[in-house]
Amino acid sequence: MIDIDVLITQISGLSKADLERWIGNGWVRTNGPAGAYLFQDIDIARVQLIVELRNDLRIDEEALPVVLHLLDQLYSVRRQIHDLGDALDRLATQEFRQALAQQLQQSKAENDAE
Amino acid sequence: MARDASHEAIRTAYRKLAKRHHPDLNPGDAQAEAQFKRIVSAHQLLSDPAKRARFDAGEIDAAGQEKARPNSYRDYAEGSAGRRYSPGGTAQDAWDHEDISDMFGSMFGSGRRHAGPQRGADQRFTLSAHFLDAINGATQRLTLPDGRVLDVKIPPGTEEGTTLRLRGQGGEGTGGNGDAFIEIHVAPHAFFRRDGADIRLDLPVSLTEAVLGASIEVPTTGGKVRMRIPPGSDSLTQLRLRGRGVPAHGKVAAGDLYATLRVTVGKPDAALTAFLQDWMPEDPHNPRAAMEAGT
Repeated sequence: MIDIDVLITQISGLSKADLERWIGNGWVRTNGPAGAYLFQDIDIARVQLIVELRNDLRIDEEALPVVLHLLDQLYSVRRQIHDLGDALDRLATQEFRQALAQQLQQSKAENDAE
Repeated sequence: MARDASHEAIRTAYRKLAKRHHPDLNPGDAQAEAQFKRIVSAHQLLSDPAKRARFDAGEIDAAGQEKARPNSYRDYAEGSAGRRYSPGGTAQDAWDHEDISDMFGSMFGSGRRHAGPQRGADQRFTLSAHFLDAINGATQRLTLPDGRVLDVKIPPGTEEGTTLRLRGQGGEGTGGNGDAFIEIHVAPHAFFRRDGADIRLDLPVSLTEAVLGASIEVPTTGGKVRMRIPPGSDSLTQLRLRGRGVPAHGKVAAGDLYATLRVTVGKPDAALTAFLQDWMPEDPHNPRAAMEAGT
């Protein structure tokens, strides 16, 4: 974990005021109390992402919470799918997995045909 | 990009591509990731005037400039570390019974088989219309089995069995309501009959009117109209009232009204009886001559 001053030097185009505002908005999570924030690796990557969204993709801070919320939902669903895949991997028989794959393919074909 | 593209044009192009291909916005899409790497390296190359000059001179190639990106957000977010940013708190990411039945419900077809919004079902109803309403057009109120009330606009010239479609008045659905299809049945009229665009009518006339001729009032589907009966009109004579049939509708021109005369003798009348007993026709004729010749 790193603190806020180190983080700011690591990411170009990031000011301390921006980052503190984002933390206040709940866009970035921290460990440690206010004034002595510590950041995990995922927090650092998220700050990097927000900087890119804002500076490179020109998503302003009005629209950012929408984008972040959609992303958080997307990743949450993807984690659940991974979990489900892992659970099937452990519990399902080979035959079941084949039947499942076949069924999913068939559903996709039916949906495509509509 | 043009060779002389400005710095701003390059930035705009980069932004446009990055919006589409940023790998954190496209998790699990390896193609987007590879594409994004090319976009970034092209952008880095073209943003640096010195490198751009060397590239333009052919000294370096586009791929040679790829810079390793630090660990991306998606690398963490896809894994268990990502639970830190679960919508609605870290606890929300865990599986509960509802999630599981939700997921299996959609997987095995109980309920949300088609993920997209569903249009409501089309519904069919029948409506019995008065003859004159179907000819002239009218608005008729229809109460549906579910209690809804529809005002059905019956267009002029509506024929038996016509189906009207009321968009969005069918069953409800998340992707818009279905349509209501209303099949119109036209009740028969006491004396008008429809024949395409024409209306037919049996028109009783008195003996006097038939023999002497007259100007009489005739009912039509559009109201009463005066018509001249020529002197000496026989029963079954067909008279036409032009344009008094089904009114013009759509591409169909107005039809005609055909009145078939029915001469009525009426109750026995002493004077008439006496007259006929003494009557010697100038030109006696046998009305059944054709029948007798045929047998």
